Amino acid sequence: MYRVRHWSIRHSRLLESVYRAFESSLAAMAPLFERIGYARLERPIAAFERQAKGLMFDCQMCGQCALSSTGMSCPMNCPKSLRNGPCGGVRADGNCEVKPAMKCVWVAAWEGSQAMRGAAKILEIQKPVDHSLKGTSSWLRVVRELRPPPAAAKAKKSA
Amino acid sequence: MTAITNRSHGRLEAALRSGHFTLTAETSPPDAGAAAPVLERAACLKGLADAVNVTDGAGARAHMSALAAAAILARHGIEPVLQFTARDRNRMALQADLLGAAALDIPNILCLHGDDPRKGDQPESKPVYDIDSRELMRTARRMRDEGTFPSGREIAPRPGLLIGAADLPVEPKPGWKPEALLGKIDAGADFVQTQYCFDLALLRRYLAALADHGVLPRLFVIVGIGPIATARSARWMNENLFGVHIPEPMILRLEKAQDQRAEGRRICVELVQELAEIDGVAGAHLMAPKQEQACAEVIAESGLLTRRQAA
Repeated sequence: MYRVRHWSIRHSRLLESVYRAFESSLAAMAPLFERIGYARLERPIAAFERQAKGLMFDCQMCGQCALSSTGMSCPMNCPKSLRNGPCGGVRADGNCEVKPAMKCVWVAAWEGSQAMRGAAKILEIQKPVDHSLKGTSSWLRVVRELRPPPAAAKAKKSA
Repeated sequence: MTAITNRSHGRLEAALRSGHFTLTAETSPPDAGAAAPVLERAACLKGLADAVNVTDGAGARAHMSALAAAAILARHGIEPVLQFTARDRNRMALQADLLGAAALDIPNILCLHGDDPRKGDQPESKPVYDIDSRELMRTARRMRDEGTFPSGREIAPRPGLLIGAADLPVEPKPGWKPEALLGKIDAGADFVQTQYCFDLALLRRYLAALADHGVLPRLFVIVGIGPIATARSARWMNENLFGVHIPEPMILRLEKAQDQRAEGRRICVELVQELAEIDGVAGAHLMAPKQEQACAEVIAESGLLTRRQAA
């Protein structure tokens, strides 16, 4: 929802703290997730993530969340899906070239990011979207990156 | 029957309409930034194949653009069938390339869905599929026959393209109807090229069913065939290529041969000659990845071109 999305961007610093706490508790649950199995968790967690982030950020479930780096403004709501800053079509009032009634996702992202502790993260270049991750849970992916399951950790060491 | 004016200026269409048994082959654009490797691969087919298919991002991998490779062939007197997949381009890009193909003297296109990016070496790619292969045919036909884009905007002159589709011969069970092919005819297909079909008994039953449902006089069916390299690759094809069935006696014959490669070629020549005698088969489509030379030899050895010249 557009109004909720912009509430979230205005409260980016609060949400940043909330997410950090949420991320560490998720990471702490890694052993439990491993016991249940990530494959089995994927569907219910992704469904929950879709609902929660859909409400808060108009999340499009790209599966590789960038909200913490983009001022809590989801770049997948940009009509051109730009993930590294705005296009040249931003209107004088800061609205979108394609959807004139919508504030440019990247104008909002800049404002949101500047209120955050990780303000500089918006300057990091985002990799191209991996479309094979579309619809999957970003949260579970982050947990696996923070606490790699034993098998994956071993594979990484040998590589 | 009223006289049909040709849709393209191509040799393929001329051969098909004259009722001659036509021979098409296949080449894949190289991983190269120059024209020479394209010609190195396909030059052996010049004068032999009526047309040569140019694959489009085969195996869900990036190679030289099919449009560019096809244009290179056309410029050097090898008529291409440009394979068009709906995987990598949205409808605007596809329409633009349809016009570009015609402008570059490419008279034939084959409309395909395209392999899923997840099967290739860059699985993170975005699968576009803005429109499907059927809609691509419909678009191409509209641009050719009505001279307009789907939006209604005019095109002049119109692109003279012969439109092809892919097909898979199947066992026609009682009550079976060739819904897919009827749909493709409806969308604008002038010809089909089939997946490998080594089982000619099955093919005969399939063609009989197509004739029963009125498909055959409305569509040229070019049957896919190829020289099998070894008995092992035959078994691999049976297991891994969708819809391919190489009969066991054929595999045994390969296995017993001293020179399996030569035997595979001999089998292919025999199959092509047999196909030429089957009613409803418009031609043979020879496929063998990176073995254009083998396909050229099969065409030459089949003697079908000399027979055509004598006729």
